[in-house]
Amino acid sequence: MNEEIQSFTISIYTENNIGLLNRISAIFQRRHINIESLTTSQSEIEGVNRFVIVVHMTENKAMKIVKQIEKQVETIRAYYHTEDETIFTESCMFKIKSDLLFNEPQIQNIVKESYSRIVTVNKDFFVLEKSGRRNEIESLRRDLNVFGIMQFVRSGRIAVTKEEMKVSEMLKAFDNQ
Amino acid sequence: MKETQTINKAQGVVNAPVRITGSEAIVRCLIAEGVDILYGYPGGAIMPVYDELHKFRDKIHHVLARHEQGAAHAAQGFARISGRVGVAIATSGPGATNLVTGIADAQIDSTPLVCITGQVPSHLLGSDAFQETDIVGISTPVTKWNCQVTKAEDIPAAIAKAFYIARSGRPGPVLVDITKDAQFSELDFKYEKCKGVRSYNPVPKTNMEAINAAAKLINNAKKPMIVWGQGVILGKAEAELKAVVEKAGIPAAWTILGASALPTAHPLNIGMVGMHGNYAPNKLTNECDVLIAIGMRFDDRVTGSLDTYAKQAKIIHFDIDPAEIDKNVKTDVAVLGNSKESLALLFNALNKNKHESWLQKFKDLYAIEFDKVIKDDIHPTKEGLTMGEVIAQINIESKGDAAIVTDVGQHQMIACRYSEFNITKSNITSGGLGTMGFALPAAIGAKMAAPNREVVAVIGDGGFQMNIQELGTIFQQKAAVKIVVLNNQFLGMVRQWQQLFFDKRYASTEMTNPNFVAIAEGYYIKAKKVTKREELADAVKEMMASKESYFLEVCVEKEGNVFPMIPTGASVSEVRLS
Ligand SMILES: Cc1ncc(C[n+]2csc(CCOP(=O)(O)OP(=O)(O)O)c2C)c(N)n1
Repeated sequence: MNEEIQSFTISIYTENNIGLLNRISAIFQRRHINIESLTTSQSEIEGVNRFVIVVHMTENKAMKIVKQIEKQVETIRAYYHTEDETIFTESCMFKIKSDLLFNEPQIQNIVKESYSRIVTVNKDFFVLEKSGRRNEIESLRRDLNVFGIMQFVRSGRIAVTKEEMKVSEMLKAFDNQ
Repeated sequence: MKETQTINKAQGVVNAPVRITGSEAIVRCLIAEGVDILYGYPGGAIMPVYDELHKFRDKIHHVLARHEQGAAHAAQGFARISGRVGVAIATSGPGATNLVTGIADAQIDSTPLVCITGQVPSHLLGSDAFQETDIVGISTPVTKWNCQVTKAEDIPAAIAKAFYIARSGRPGPVLVDITKDAQFSELDFKYEKCKGVRSYNPVPKTNMEAINAAAKLINNAKKPMIVWGQGVILGKAEAELKAVVEKAGIPAAWTILGASALPTAHPLNIGMVGMHGNYAPNKLTNECDVLIAIGMRFDDRVTGSLDTYAKQAKIIHFDIDPAEIDKNVKTDVAVLGNSKESLALLFNALNKNKHESWLQKFKDLYAIEFDKVIKDDIHPTKEGLTMGEVIAQINIESKGDAAIVTDVGQHQMIACRYSEFNITKSNITSGGLGTMGFALPAAIGAKMAAPNREVVAVIGDGGFQMNIQELGTIFQQKAAVKIVVLNNQFLGMVRQWQQLFFDKRYASTEMTNPNFVAIAEGYYIKAKKVTKREELADAVKEMMASKESYFLEVCVEKEGNVFPMIPTGASVSEVRLS
């Protein structure tokens, strides 16, 4: 098994339960593992939640962590994947003074070239949104920083896997038992 | 509504829905799960349930502990000796937090426990109300599952799920926190046992290929060795283990929690592994060619340094919990599933075999251990009583039929090393957590679950004082527990480490002890103190013959040490005899 430290995306399908976030984060905390990012949302299956967690570790450790997560009663399935095995993205928002949009023609070019989107404009500020890979977001932030950013926020990674997860099949099999 | 559906209070289980309060529902759920004894302590947020327990007292016996920790450990003792789910109940806030040590102990030792805690009314949640504590948050890392119920109608399903999860698969503790308003309000009650949770697969399927691969390795092995753990007991696989051991002629060692699954006297039982385990199985772990681990988890106290643990051997690991596979020791063949089924399948695939010369190696090393350690432990000639001779005396009287409940420390290691066990589930001790204060309350639970069995608690003078208040429970319940305190006037195990690794700097390990006999007598428990070797045999005899509870203090040598010992971080083959 690969012993080098790399990024893993952990995908967890869970029952929608209060307290599960606590239970899952405790698994990382106990082992002194830093969570790079954590996103939770509803999944493709009605009533089933999906966590996407990014961590840096060895594959051996990722495998053990995933087993501990899967052991939790309300975890349906948990998986880990390398970057190559997933399609992933992050999104971010910038809040910037409106004057700049009109006074600095460069900004309009940056917006266009970065494929970002203006979400709203009013007389005080405008909001720019972009999703993409971390390096694209970072480069946009650097470009805009020159002019001054009032607020910046970036989401955790969301990812889908290339491999099929077969969670619905699993749930169906249970229902047919 | 109430008029038309008059409830027979004594009935307990109902089929057609009846309108009752949440608190009554809780008690009816427990009865429906077959609970006839539970351990607990009342308080504000759980009072409605206590009121119902009073009404149903003919069906379900509530044991008033003297501390919620005592209640939790008593429920553990109940579960460990009987294989049934232990139940503990407490009020919110301090009542709930006092349960936590017992819950953590049950989690690491895979003991099925259902804990029910009262909680402040739901409209006060999060307001720092009187005796409000986030017990669900606190207990999350130490429970197999937990939940909070704020509506009466959710109570039956939550409790049904709790029992199902606690007892199925790899057992463990669960906690159900129930707000006071949910206890007071009414629901249409109907109880259905939980038959499954879709996100939870308690028993993974046993794979025939893995069984065959394991059998092939074992059939070709020249020096196979089994190390079994509590998984054999939890899986009720004692007979299957014995059959496998005998058919393939494999020397078999046990972890501390596996003790008693195979009788001590069995010719292929080669003793305990681990830090204070026997010399032969520790040494030969690093000589066997196939190591067959059954229902054990390669705890660091068992393996010593992992870098040098059984590197020469092929490893076969039988376990019900997939997370244990490759967690600490990389396996060559993993057999998932219930130990009873997988060992039965393995049995069919094994060749009859004998490993006489390999077994002889264990006997030879035992002879060395006997000469260097055991002889002086159980037949001492020096001045000062030893812990070992007390255990040997108990063996003589019990003939190996007693359940031995131990606390944590030197006496625990000595008791586990020297106790003779004929009957399974007879070694009740805090293994994974090493919880001082466990033994006295656990012995109460064990005795109440198995009133016909002799239950002997062996405790150090330190640990005895950690839950000494439970003498009150023993007295009130007339629980005929035999209590042996091995008094060395030290926190012995810590003192031993100070002697060996901290140049004898005995920092805060010496104890100025009270008059234990007077304390026991204060609780109206028959009590005796032994200070001389000549008095020991008679005193143990008298204790064991007593029909009631009995307290025996034995003053043992102050600075005795437990050997063999694998120093922390050392290899199992570096086990020391002195
Ligand atoms: C609750 C708790 N606190 C501290 C310890 C650390 N500890 C382990 S063994 C031991 C000494 C136990 O002394 P005693 O009960 O007198 O038993 P002995 O070792 O002398 O047999 C201590 C303090 C523990 N295991 N549990």
